[in-house]
Amino acid sequence: MSGVQTPETGASRGDHRLVAGLVTPGARVLDIGCGDGALLDLLMREKQVDGRGMELSQAGVNACVARGLSVVQGDADRDLEDYPDDAFDFVILSQTLQATRAPRKVLEQLLRIGEHVIVSFPNFGVWRNRLQLLFTGSMPVTEHLPYSWYDTPNIHFCTIRDFVSLCREVDARMEKAMALNARGEPVPFTAPWWVWNLIGEQAVFLLRR
Amino acid sequence: MSGNNGRSEALDGTAQTTTEAGVSADAANRADHPSSKVMRFGADAALTLDSGPKLGPWQIAYETYGTLNADRSNAVLVCHALTGDQYVASANPYTGKPGWWSMLVGPGRPVDTDHYFVICANVLGGCLGTTGPASTNPATGQRWGLDLPLVTIRDMVNAQAVLLDHLGIETLFAVVGGSMGGMQVLQWAASYPERVFAAIPIATAARHSSQNIAFHEVGRQAVMADPNWCGGRYFERGVRPSKGLAVARMAAHITYLSDPALHRKFGRNLQDRETVTFGFDADFQIESYLRHQGMTFVDRFDPNSYLYVTRAMDYFDLAADYDGSLARAFLHSPTRFCIMSFTSDWLFPTEESKVVVRALNASAANVSFVEVESDRGHDAFLLDEPEMFRTVRGFLTGAANARGITPPGAGA
Repeated sequence: MSGVQTPETGASRGDHRLVAGLVTPGARVLDIGCGDGALLDLLMREKQVDGRGMELSQAGVNACVARGLSVVQGDADRDLEDYPDDAFDFVILSQTLQATRAPRKVLEQLLRIGEHVIVSFPNFGVWRNRLQLLFTGSMPVTEHLPYSWYDTPNIHFCTIRDFVSLCREVDARMEKAMALNARGEPVPFTAPWWVWNLIGEQAVFLLRR
Repeated sequence: MSGNNGRSEALDGTAQTTTEAGVSADAANRADHPSSKVMRFGADAALTLDSGPKLGPWQIAYETYGTLNADRSNAVLVCHALTGDQYVASANPYTGKPGWWSMLVGPGRPVDTDHYFVICANVLGGCLGTTGPASTNPATGQRWGLDLPLVTIRDMVNAQAVLLDHLGIETLFAVVGGSMGGMQVLQWAASYPERVFAAIPIATAARHSSQNIAFHEVGRQAVMADPNWCGGRYFERGVRPSKGLAVARMAAHITYLSDPALHRKFGRNLQDRETVTFGFDADFQIESYLRHQGMTFVDRFDPNSYLYVTRAMDYFDLAADYDGSLARAFLHSPTRFCIMSFTSDWLFPTEESKVVVRALNASAANVSFVEVESDRGHDAFLLDEPEMFRTVRGFLTGAANARGITPPGAGA
C-alpha cells in the first residue's frame, strides 16, 4: 500500500494504543465519536482494519474524510439504530459514553451492532475527584476533566464501579478491563474493583454480548 | 444522419425576429453537431428506455480531460445537473464561460486531471449533442420535439454506460455529481455496483420530493403557456418560447439560492434608481438579477429539453425500483460512498442525504457523510466551497490509495 499521508503519524494517545491492542488485525471496526480520526487512522495503519467512524461534530467529520477515512456525521444517541445486527467485529466508543443522553441504550446498541465492544471512559471515582468534592464542595475540574459543570458535554459521568454494574444489567460479558493512571498507562497490577475505582483516571473495557 | 433538414426548416420558418430564428438554428445545429466529442449509435445499438420504446439511432456528446492510464483504472465520470453540459472543465464554446465545475475538476484540482481521466457527457434528453427533443428524429428528418419518448435518470445512466463500453472502460474509479448529477451517481451505484469503485453524490436525494416536483411543474407550465411553444413545434415555426423558459428559469433559480444569501447579496436594494417607480419595472436588484438569469438561460437551453430533463428528475425514486427499500438498492455494494450536503440547501436538504446515509449503513456499505456549512443554498455545490474541495480531495486520495492508483500529489 502506498500509504495515504496523514497529518500525525507519530505519538498516539495512551488510551488509543491500549484500545488498538484489543482489536484483531483486519477486523471490521466502527469507531463512534471518532473525533479527528486519530484512533481510526492508527487502526487502519497498524491493524489494517476495515474502519468506519461516526462523529457528532461537523469539523471532526470533515477532518476525517479529508484524510481519507470513512466517517459519517451522526449522533450515538440517535443514529446507531440504522446499523444492522452484527455489522462489525469491533465497535469502539472512546471517551464518549459519558457525553451521551442515554448511556444504557447506547451500550445496548453497541452490543447489538458489534461482536465485540470496546468502551473507554474517564473514571469519575478517581481519588482526585473524590478529594476535590470532599474538600472544596465543588464539582471536580481537573486536567482530564477540564469543564465546569455548566458547560461540560459530559452529562453522564460514571465510576468504574457504576459501569461494571451497568454491564451486568445489560448482560454484557466483560472480557477484559483495564484502568489507566494519570499518565495514560495501564495500572500494572490486578487489583479489586474498588482499588481501580480509586486510582484509575480512565478505564477501558472489552465487552461481548 | 444529417441535421440539414431541420436546420433549413428553422431558417425558412416564419421567424418573428431574426434573433429568435438565429437562436433556433444554432440550437438545432448544436443538438446534432456539438463542438465536443460525440459517439453515434445506429438502430442496431438502440437504447431500451424505461418508458418502453427503443431509441435508435442515437448519439451521446461528451468531453474528456486527462489521460486514461494503462490498466484503465483511473477513469472518473462526472454527471452534470439539470441545465449543465459536458464542458465540466473547459470553456463552453457557446457561452464562452469557463467549465461549470472547473474549480473542482482540472489540473491540480480535487478531481485532478493530471491523475484521473475525466469523462463528462451531456445527458440523454439534453440539448448539447446527446439525443434530446432538439435533435433530429432520423425517422422524419424533423426535430424530435415531444415525439421523443420520455427519458429517466436510469436511461441517462444506461446511455453513459454504453459510452464507457465503447471507450473501453470497464470500471470507473469514481462517479461524481451534484443535484441531478448526484441522482445519476446514486443510480450508477445501484445499477452497476461492480463498475463503480467510489461514488460522490453531492446535494442530492434518492427521490425527488413533492415540493421539488411542484417547482418543476411551475417551470414546465411557464414554458408550455408561452404561445411560441406551439405544442413543442417551435423550431418548425421559427419561433421560440423564450419568455416562458425565462420565467421557468427565474422561478427555479430562486430555489437554488437561500434567503440569507439573497439578502446578503441584494437586500431590498434598488436597481439604478433612488426610489421605487410605482410601476412594474425591475425596481429591485433581485428582480433585475432574476430577469438577467432568465434571459441568459434561454440563449443556451432548449425549452423542450427543459421539460424532458425536469421530468426525468421528477420520476426519480430509487427505492421504488427495489420494493421500496433504499437499503436493498445498495445491498452488498462494493462501492465506497462520500455523500455531501449543504446546511442552507432547502431544495435538497441534508435530511435527504441522511436518508441515503442511513440506507447505506443499513446495507453495511462503506460510507462517508459530510455536511458543509454554507449559506449559499443548493447552488453551493457549484461554487467556491473549500470544505467541499478538501473533502473530495481527501476522499478520492483515500480511495485511490485503496484502489492502488497513485494518489494525486504522490508523484507519477
